Amino acid sequence: MDALLLSRWQFAITTVYHFLFVPITLGLSIFVALLETCYVRTKRPAWKETSRKLVRFFGTLFIINFSMGVVTGIVQEFHFGMNWSEYARFMGDIFGAPLALEALTAFFLESTFIGIWIFGWDKLSEKAHCICIWIVAFASNLSAFWILVANSFMQHPVGYAISNGRAEMTDFLALITNPYVIGEYSHTLFSAIATAGFLVIAVSAWKILHDEVSRQAFTQTLKAGGIFMLLGLFAAMGSGHMHTQYLAQANPMKLSSFEALWETEDPAPFAIIADINEVEHKNDMEITIPAMFSMMLYNEPSGVVTGINQLQEEYAAQYGPGEYRPDVTGMFWSFRIMIGLGGLMLLLAFVAAYLGWKKCPMNFPIFLKLLPWLLPLPFITNSVGWYIAEGGRQPWIVFGLQKTSEAVSPNLTSSDVWLTMVGFTLIYLVLAIAALWIAVGFIKKTHIAFDEGRKA
Amino acid sequence: MMDLTVIWFILIVVLFTGFFILEGFDYGVGGLMPFLSDDTKERGEILRTITPVWDGNEVWMITAGGAMFAAFPHVYATMFSAFYLALFLMLVALILRGVAFDLRGRHESVGWQKFWDGAICFGSVVPAFLWGVAVTDLIAGIPINEKMIYTGGFFDLLSPYSIIGGLAFLFVFLYHGASFLTLRLAREKLIGRCQSMAMKVGGLATIFFVACMGLTMQYTDLFTKPVAAVALCGAAVFFLVALGSMKKGNGKASFCLTTLAIAATTVAFFAGLFPRLMVSSLNPAYSLTITNASSSPYTLSIMTVAAGIFVPIVLIYQAWSYYIFRKRVTPKDAEEHY
Repeated sequence: MDALLLSRWQFAITTVYHFLFVPITLGLSIFVALLETCYVRTKRPAWKETSRKLVRFFGTLFIINFSMGVVTGIVQEFHFGMNWSEYARFMGDIFGAPLALEALTAFFLESTFIGIWIFGWDKLSEKAHCICIWIVAFASNLSAFWILVANSFMQHPVGYAISNGRAEMTDFLALITNPYVIGEYSHTLFSAIATAGFLVIAVSAWKILHDEVSRQAFTQTLKAGGIFMLLGLFAAMGSGHMHTQYLAQANPMKLSSFEALWETEDPAPFAIIADINEVEHKNDMEITIPAMFSMMLYNEPSGVVTGINQLQEEYAAQYGPGEYRPDVTGMFWSFRIMIGLGGLMLLLAFVAAYLGWKKCPMNFPIFLKLLPWLLPLPFITNSVGWYIAEGGRQPWIVFGLQKTSEAVSPNLTSSDVWLTMVGFTLIYLVLAIAALWIAVGFIKKTHIAFDEGRKA
Repeated sequence: MMDLTVIWFILIVVLFTGFFILEGFDYGVGGLMPFLSDDTKERGEILRTITPVWDGNEVWMITAGGAMFAAFPHVYATMFSAFYLALFLMLVALILRGVAFDLRGRHESVGWQKFWDGAICFGSVVPAFLWGVAVTDLIAGIPINEKMIYTGGFFDLLSPYSIIGGLAFLFVFLYHGASFLTLRLAREKLIGRCQSMAMKVGGLATIFFVACMGLTMQYTDLFTKPVAAVALCGAAVFFLVALGSMKKGNGKASFCLTTLAIAATTVAFFAGLFPRLMVSSLNPAYSLTITNASSSPYTLSIMTVAAGIFVPIVLIYQAWSYYIFRKRVTPKDAEEHY
């Protein structure tokens, strides 16, 4: 493998790993902030004590996750210069600004206030302490906005001009109001809420089943987490749907690759499954619902959708000869995995919220037993979601402006990148095991009694 | 009006100064901690002086990097790709250090805690050293060709000068950390140990710093620039007076003076570089400067507004966080687990 391919692998490995922690940070910060708000506002003494313990419980899980997110995030910032120096030169004018703004407006805020929040329980008033976690939640989600502004430019460049052989910013407002970022940011935020919700219900399920003392307290969080997750999922589905419709104009190649639609059709069918032939650029076999793809895009059973092969010709004419088709097989199946798991999680969230609401989770021990084992689902969903977002942009690193192959640092040798890729992978594996082991141990040994029932 | 590229050069200096001052004592505390005590509880006390604030301090580095990307993309591109393996080493160090602060206290076993103490020490010493190497390399020059691309390998970054530069940074930061600890710890026994440790590392820091100054005179043109020359000599004076204060037991004066010494050193090296940001050893014309490496005026003006608004705000709330944790750290503070 050459330095280019290795650098792509390294970026993929480190960024997917980083994004295991990011959604938990984004979503769980909000959940913990809501929980602490309940703690501050409640008038019931028993619930006050319990909710304080719950804040500290989920707060601890949040902190373990947060520190993993922070350290793996630094790697990503350095990567753009280390492995992708030609990208940094070409895009620095535009990409650097949101990155610097992310540090300036968000990272400072979250890192300072998380320190105050963790160590300030006895040093601040209840309200001030609660405000600190809200600031952390706000800043984390603001940082996601900035980095997605940068990412959205790569998907759909706006507010720029090419001069001196590089992209230069001409309109900052256009950059941050890029229609692409609205879809991408909202989908990321809502998915993060769903992911954090899943973590909450999975942990709660385990506690309800295995820890009788804590059962009542975690029945509450099963309900709260289930509702949180449901809201996140519904919103993620809505924003995903809108964003996909928007792709018809913003990035039709990506869109048609999701559906393995090789030839232009009107109305376009939706393929449930397909046997994709990437050599001849067609499907050898497919099961389709007629006009469904058009329906999903235009809300009516008609409307033209341009096929991959026609787009390939168009792009070849516009940008010069070359291969402009992404990994259609990967796109098609990743998209289906994302949608399928999203639907499955909706069902799980509904059951969890219902059982929590009815205070009868022990009637369905099998569900409680199953839930912790299904915790990988949201992470798989997020990862394949990012695969279609980033893989669907290939061969471009910045759509229409710079190809991935032109972006790699020219001074790197493949042995340099082998060394760092193996190094990052090993250290990440070891840390994942250590953090998971600590988190599981913490979940097992922490008991939260809830004795309001006896008092009443 | 002053040229935007000059403003951004100054802002980069401000960010690096903030970074070296704040992370300087973090690195110092982390690096010294295993040598100040063998007892994990005492080590916990020592670490507790920085655990609430280290993350906020580290963001100064991230912001400096981001600002470099935004204002001088070519410098960011050339520097980060040139220092590829060195930065990998630094990232490994920072990763271990970052998680260690959190994971260390989450298990009672002494072996576990000592393992992460080792990680914190490694993760503090390595970046402190590497930043010294980087700064001296920037000004002494590394092989950069006409396309701004680095043509050397990992070992071209290491020269006697850059190694001495690395050691000077490392030991100054260790001393800075020891001074910080004398202000933040509560128990006399530990404070006494920090003071005697400060004198030891301070002696070494003086030797390396003076050696670094000598080599700077030999290998760079820093001393041809009056501001840089005065700042570097001023830094040396500040540092010596700091040592004198520490000897008299005045940790506060020592810490203020090392803060000044670090600020003056940072200013000296950047003033020596100006208007360059990276010197090419192949041909002076290939050096990256504030003119040939900068972003467009439009981006710079947007970023100037943002920095003008947010840097003061950051300073205010970070100062507030230090105010909240102003009390000296007692054994009881260190036992508090989250």
